[in-house]
Amino acid sequence: MTSTAGVAPPLEAAPLPPDTGRRRGRTGYLLLLPGLLWLVLFFVVPFYSLVATSLYDPAGSDFRGYEMTWAVGNYVDALGEYWRPLLRSLWYGAIATLFCLVLGYVLAYAIAFKAGRWKNLMLVLVVAPFFTSFLVRTLSWKLILADDGWVVGTLQFLQVLGDDGRLLATPVAVVAGLTYNFLPFMVLPLYASLDKIDPRLVEASSDLYAHPAVGFFKVTWPLSLPGVVSGTLLTFIPASGDYINAELLGSPNQRMVGGVIQSLFTDANDYPAAAALSMVLMMLIVVMVLVYVRRAGTEDLL
Amino acid sequence: MSAPRPSSAAGRWVREHLVLVLGLLVLAYTFVPIAIVVLMSFNAPASRNVYAFDAFTLDNWANPCADPSMCDALARSVQIGLLSTLVATVLGTLAAFALVRHDFAGRSASNLLVFLPMAAPEIVLGSSLLALFVATGFSGQLGFWTIFVAHVMFCLSFVVVAVRARLAGMDDHLEQAAMDLYATPAQTFWRVTFPLVFPGILGAALLSFSLSFDDFIITNLNAGTTTTFPMYVWGVAQRGVPMQVNVIGTVMFLVSVAIVVVGEVGNRRRLAART
Amino acid sequence: MSQVAETPTSPEHPPAAAHGDHAAYDGLRLRDVTKEFPGGFTAVRSLDLDVPRGSFFALLGPSGCGKTTTLRMVAGLETPTSGSITLAGQDITYAKPYRRPVNTVFQSYALFPHLDIFENVAFGLRRRKTKDVDAKVREMLELVELTSQARKRPAQLSGGQQQRVALARALINNPEVLLLDEPLGALDLKLRRSMQIEVKRIQVEVGRTFVHVTHDQEEAMTMADTVAVMNGGVIEQMGAPAELYENPRSTFVANFLGQSNLIEGRVLRRAADVTTVEMHGIEVSVPSPRVHTDADAGWVGIRPEKVLVGRPGEELDAPGNTIPGGVVSDVSFVGVSTQYLVRMPWGQELQVFSQNTGRTHMFTQGESVELSWRPEYAFLLDRSQDADAGAAERVGG
Repeated sequence: MTSTAGVAPPLEAAPLPPDTGRRRGRTGYLLLLPGLLWLVLFFVVPFYSLVATSLYDPAGSDFRGYEMTWAVGNYVDALGEYWRPLLRSLWYGAIATLFCLVLGYVLAYAIAFKAGRWKNLMLVLVVAPFFTSFLVRTLSWKLILADDGWVVGTLQFLQVLGDDGRLLATPVAVVAGLTYNFLPFMVLPLYASLDKIDPRLVEASSDLYAHPAVGFFKVTWPLSLPGVVSGTLLTFIPASGDYINAELLGSPNQRMVGGVIQSLFTDANDYPAAAALSMVLMMLIVVMVLVYVRRAGTEDLL
Repeated sequence: MSAPRPSSAAGRWVREHLVLVLGLLVLAYTFVPIAIVVLMSFNAPASRNVYAFDAFTLDNWANPCADPSMCDALARSVQIGLLSTLVATVLGTLAAFALVRHDFAGRSASNLLVFLPMAAPEIVLGSSLLALFVATGFSGQLGFWTIFVAHVMFCLSFVVVAVRARLAGMDDHLEQAAMDLYATPAQTFWRVTFPLVFPGILGAALLSFSLSFDDFIITNLNAGTTTTFPMYVWGVAQRGVPMQVNVIGTVMFLVSVAIVVVGEVGNRRRLAART
Repeated sequence: MSQVAETPTSPEHPPAAAHGDHAAYDGLRLRDVTKEFPGGFTAVRSLDLDVPRGSFFALLGPSGCGKTTTLRMVAGLETPTSGSITLAGQDITYAKPYRRPVNTVFQSYALFPHLDIFENVAFGLRRRKTKDVDAKVREMLELVELTSQARKRPAQLSGGQQQRVALARALINNPEVLLLDEPLGALDLKLRRSMQIEVKRIQVEVGRTFVHVTHDQEEAMTMADTVAVMNGGVIEQMGAPAELYENPRSTFVANFLGQSNLIEGRVLRRAADVTTVEMHGIEVSVPSPRVHTDADAGWVGIRPEKVLVGRPGEELDAPGNTIPGGVVSDVSFVGVSTQYLVRMPWGQELQVFSQNTGRTHMFTQGESVELSWRPEYAFLLDRSQDADAGAAERVGG
């Protein structure tokens, strides 16, 4: 799913009139209409609802109903009260993305250049775990990182962890879970762009540069940048919005903003605050993505 | 240049295969939790609250529905998955045809609209839908149908993208050749276009089902009191996980691997002698 | 050279009169066909074309000249903006592609990847619910020598084999006209040469009309009975390959179809048989039927292999036009011939191909020489045309 999702909507490909192969007329609209209507009704309109809800009178409730009071204060309140989980989400998301990038790059590079005829099999293996329930897999991490498990035991033996040190209910566990769960989102776009690189270019660079590392940083890395950008976006966005890992592997001290939004909605029934927090998260992500894409110099990706 | 010392043969092998070995280690790492899931499916836990391997048993496999509410949730997830896959695949395929084969005002805006749900965090998609349901007075009716609506929404984009890629990769001349060989537009579609796009549609449907089946964040916000399989797992995670959950996890893994292997074998056969 | 093919290019030919006898003409006829694409690009401009039944006809031109668009209009894959297309007396201008007795061999072959070779070839027959599909397909596979490959998928075949499947798949339908859209373009040079002969053989065997689009002048001349040279959406000249080569009417044809020396000149006298032209102070004569300009200024054209080179004052077997004062500026020996560049007193370099008969003297760089040619080989073109037109687009030598 991720390799295709990484590609922004294709640019209008209509160079010369001959043979665009596209027909004009009403049929196009008819084919598109049902799907588009669904997206408008259940994606565009709800987003409008979310914006509206975030500006409702915070004193409203399910029983008394809500009033539109343009309560911009909801945003101030949400930020004031929940800035910690908000920043934590972005921070954990960023670290997990970085780990995914390192692990994913090694894996994608190995598949693209070193796997030979095992390429397809390895790609299948990358996606295979991803098709097993997200929650069940995350629960396994609970077992792996358990206080009396062998990971903690080994780390204690190596004196990396103190004798009563633990991994569960720490940021380490949450970031480890996030890294694990979103790795395929990184590997597939990275592989897609590494696979396009002509291995002869790398050979040519080893012919021209003294050291393979120089060749890597001067040739392979720049050519794989589109994959790096879409991979990091595809990892960062869901990872920073996720709360499953934080709730299952962390403690209340590692709470992420998704969990806060969820419980504001379903437990506290504080819809305006939940909506405002949701909007803040969305806007922060959009801003970070725009800045990042601009810095990476690959604006044509969006 | 000095000749390499004999002792470095092993060293050179490691250097040449270092990336591959590291890559395989990363791959192995992604399978560790799967191994745990499979292992735990044979576990007879000492108590409900201890999540650790205690003793080997086949009971979990013999009685997968020991907790009937788990199997209810599972059945509901399968129903929602099948239904939303069906609707999303049909609507998404039609839309993909429109976007690739037809030219109309608003085509690029439509492409953008398809792309956005994939780029938005799930929690935002879920909250938006819930805000809409609350605002329109549906907050009391959250359940099967609101989950279905939500799942079709987020599966739709993935279907469009997958089918669009397949269609765009198809040589236009194939359809022109069919027309040139006396196939009417309907025959051209059913004899040439559809068989060639079908693998893409099938892949999109499988992806769609797995996205729907596995979704938690959006579902949890819009489910009301209805419970899907991921929601069931979420619920029991706090108070003790029945080992049957791992049986389901193992079966899901095996089924998806089987589907991929069958698909891959089919691919291989098709491309058999290209080399 | 077919006269039918010649008629439509002559400017005095009245298209209106031609409309009247459509029913009488059994070949493919295009009248005043124009194709404009949205955005204002005109691919084909009021094109008239007659392709006699049973001929092997080539549309030759550089990419973007409108030849493929012409082909696609005949196939029904594009609709003309104006004009008419008739086939064996029937108007097919607006007929759907699946309703016209025309089949196409696509440049990319466009073989159906999900069907085997047999089913690819049978596709057209099955759509028309023809009887004896099996026997016909077998016969056709035999013709293209692919019987043993019948149950393979296209991807399992080599490029040359795929090309023959594409040919068989189109031919089996017994089309009135078979269209070939650069069908040999994807093959390597050696295979392309053998396929040219193969396709020509098949055409003679089945006796159908073939219309072949190509940008390779050698391919067009090898295969076709009649070649139409297209440029910028119009036909520059049409005729038998030898006639086009020997008597080009425009600088584009002179350069695109082989190489030419074009020397600036001025007409002194016009007579019924011979036109006398002054060329940088030297008088040369050109047969009047080979003069293709009414103006005084013109380009005197001569093919490099028709030019003889000799020492100053030497008697050459070319009575008529002798141009003294040349200096050899470059010599390349290519085996069958020696190619000279000779700098003339007015600064222009002329090309001379001297056949290696073993008795000719090899000149060296810097030697003074005299050039001459028989007047009947020269031609005179319009001075307003670009002397380099078509040279850059030419394929190969």
